[in-house]
Amino acid sequence: MALFLQQVFNGIMLGSTYAIVALGLTLVFGILHIPNFAHGHLYMLGAYIGFFLMTLYGFGFWTALIASMIILALVGMLVERIVYRPLQNRPVINSFISAVGALMILETGVIVLWGPQGRRIPNPYPGIVDLLGITMTWQRLLVILVAIVLIILLQIFIKKTTVGTTIEAVAQNREGAMLVGINVNWVFSLTFAISTATAAAAACLVAPIFMISPTMGALLGMKAFVIVILGGLGSIPGAILGGYILGLLEAIGGGYLSAAYKDVYAFGALILILSIRPTGLFGREVS
Amino acid sequence: MLLEVKNLSKHFAGLAALHRISLQIREGEILAIVGPNGAGKSVLFNLINGMLRPTSGQIHFLGEDIAGLKPHLIAHKGIARTFQTTALFDQLRVMDNLAIGYRLRNTHGFWSTIFHSRDWKEDRARTTANVMETLDFIGLAEKAFHPVSSLSQAEQKRLSIGVALISQPKIILLDEPTGGLILEDTDEITDLIKKIYKVAEITICLIEHKMRMVMDLAHRIIVLNFGSMIAEGSPEEISKNPEVIEAYLGAEYLA
Amino acid sequence: MPAIRFLLKKWFYVLLLVLAMALPFLITNRYYFQIVIMGCLFSITTLSLNLILGYTGQASLAHAGFFGIGSYGVALMTKSGISFWLALPLSALFAALIGFLIGLPTLRTRGSYFAIATLCFGVIVSIVAGSWIEFTGGYTGLVGVPHPTPLPLPLIGVIGFETQTAQYYLVLAFLLLTLLVMHRLVYSHLGLSFMAIRNNEALAEAVGVNTFAGKILSFVVANFFAGLAGGIYASLVGSISPSTASIDLTFSWLVYLLLGGAATLAGPIIGAFVIPVIMEYLQFLQEYRLIIFGALLIAVIIYFPRGLMGGFSTLQQRVREFYGQRRGVKHAVRS
Repeated sequence: MALFLQQVFNGIMLGSTYAIVALGLTLVFGILHIPNFAHGHLYMLGAYIGFFLMTLYGFGFWTALIASMIILALVGMLVERIVYRPLQNRPVINSFISAVGALMILETGVIVLWGPQGRRIPNPYPGIVDLLGITMTWQRLLVILVAIVLIILLQIFIKKTTVGTTIEAVAQNREGAMLVGINVNWVFSLTFAISTATAAAAACLVAPIFMISPTMGALLGMKAFVIVILGGLGSIPGAILGGYILGLLEAIGGGYLSAAYKDVYAFGALILILSIRPTGLFGREVS
Repeated sequence: MLLEVKNLSKHFAGLAALHRISLQIREGEILAIVGPNGAGKSVLFNLINGMLRPTSGQIHFLGEDIAGLKPHLIAHKGIARTFQTTALFDQLRVMDNLAIGYRLRNTHGFWSTIFHSRDWKEDRARTTANVMETLDFIGLAEKAFHPVSSLSQAEQKRLSIGVALISQPKIILLDEPTGGLILEDTDEITDLIKKIYKVAEITICLIEHKMRMVMDLAHRIIVLNFGSMIAEGSPEEISKNPEVIEAYLGAEYLA
Repeated sequence: MPAIRFLLKKWFYVLLLVLAMALPFLITNRYYFQIVIMGCLFSITTLSLNLILGYTGQASLAHAGFFGIGSYGVALMTKSGISFWLALPLSALFAALIGFLIGLPTLRTRGSYFAIATLCFGVIVSIVAGSWIEFTGGYTGLVGVPHPTPLPLPLIGVIGFETQTAQYYLVLAFLLLTLLVMHRLVYSHLGLSFMAIRNNEALAEAVGVNTFAGKILSFVVANFFAGLAGGIYASLVGSISPSTASIDLTFSWLVYLLLGGAATLAGPIIGAFVIPVIMEYLQFLQEYRLIIFGALLIAVIIYFPRGLMGGFSTLQQRVREFYGQRRGVKHAVRS
């Protein structure tokens, strides 16, 4: 029983990470209709920037996290401008190829700058809490807490603020939004910035727990896509729910079935769901 | 009776684009479907050719229920159409577009293609013959090798009609074949449609806004408004129908 | 005069073929010869990627995965004593079958989902290859894969494949086979259907093209050849590992394809030869190879989506248009 609860706790922590990353992705994919393959790699860059700031310049953990969010927001806007915007009106396959190029640059760039081996970030909150027989490190609790805060903030932002409603307007009807004077390009940039900044936050939170490496983003990016497809493009609740479900699935499956294949579960789920419902779990028919 | 639609409805998340429409398209006639924008005319075509699935109701073609079948199967049964947006394969040339239109009359498959079997060669000869014939018929013979992007609007409309025609369908659905064209070009298309009717003996159903053209061409007219059928009859009858006048011009004109 | 151009074109290809056949006598350096052999092999993979991506417009990012399936298939079979000449077609067919199974659920949906699913699949193949230790030797892979079994030919006697020259002719033969199949597929109604699917899938469907069947066919054929190339690779190189199915390979082929010219037949081959050769000369940039590839990919897809050969074919098109009236529509479908 204790083992099970332990796995559940790990699953929730993992799920929190997945939820934030999937959230950022569903904003971009669902609203801008851009499949940002490089999302996972931007997440990875966020972790490295945090690492870089903390070890080289002695930034504190939270300072590094916020700085990383800001830097990644800027990088995100740059990526949108250079890699995706020129291909706005072309068939979507061109965007995939461009995204592949971006992700190659990011991954190799990090390898060139910091080497291919994994790095360790010092844990700012060592220390353990023992509750109900579950060993919880403070850092892991922090991930869950901050994730929940971020998700709530984001929901409020999208639903309650003018800027948030503007983003939704662009998502629903790009031309209509332009006609009423909304600067659509600016909305694109902003959405991308939010997407990458939140990914950076998630990355910095998780970095002290696991090692960081140039390839840490690739698998995560793909899983984020699986979550977004299954939860429904552009659906924030879908991304959150999907993230937690996948996190639990991997933790429990990895603990009880096979750890080596835990990454395969997400993919297996994708194939299964697509076979039954080609539009994804909560997707809508495209006429 | 070629095509029959019974109590056909299509709802989009609560909005009824079409509501319990029943109509028939008779063999050998030219039927026009008219109505204000948003009346559901294109939706009707999309339902008939399989691009949309009906929310309820039936579609029968030559006695067979075709509602919900995939578009390519419906095309094989002999229903061809054009699109309001002049859909063409713009990365390819004029004659390629026609060749693709003829594709469903080919019988050969993958292995025949690899080995250039007799089947394949015969299909190729027949395709070439039909493409040339259709090019002449629609008047685009000189532009055979040209990319679609080099054609004028009117020529593109003619090509899309040609693509529908070359598959030797039993019925052609024309969705605003003169949309956006000037008078001269509109007359050209009208003549083409008349030629099709006379030479190819195909049943034609068209959606149009240009009433003069419709009155000239159609044997029968059906009027749609807000997803329902409000009138049906000969051009003569329709032009005098009070509901039609109200739908187009407003109640003030009924006096 | 068109007649002269036609003859010149034919002679050009004949010359190329003679050159290709005579190559072993022209190249003496083992290292460069190996590059040429790899170039031929990767031409096969790039040509097949071209079929699904360039001609049919579906973004399959799993190509190296099928290459990997082919190579593991041949490696395992030949190591247990089965003849290469049986193992190779079986592995290629197996790759095609897996492609069929993956394609069924994923080609029914939006293009984005297909791209993501194939990207995932490609990575999954690497993971499985690395984790299924009893079967695949884990992350260290398999070694000691035998060269192709000696082949008895009429008149010539038995040919062994221990020498580079023999291996080169083997790969060349398969490249020519691939080229022939691709040529026949592309210059046909089937090829037109593929391009119709790429151009406007909804319209193709409305006009009577079974787009789902077309996409599946294109995908399966492409994967067959990827598996074929993988099988040959395993037997020639002698050792394979999960990195044989690495996503990096897919990305490299993507670069060869885009730079050389998608949706042409010469483009993939040109890309597969020219780019590795250039990278050889720029050895000092090896570390930055993928950064350069990535930047090139972005630049090309935005500014030159038709690549090198694409630009050339536009030129050809204009010339042909000019001569169009003379040749007549008789050669319609043979482009």
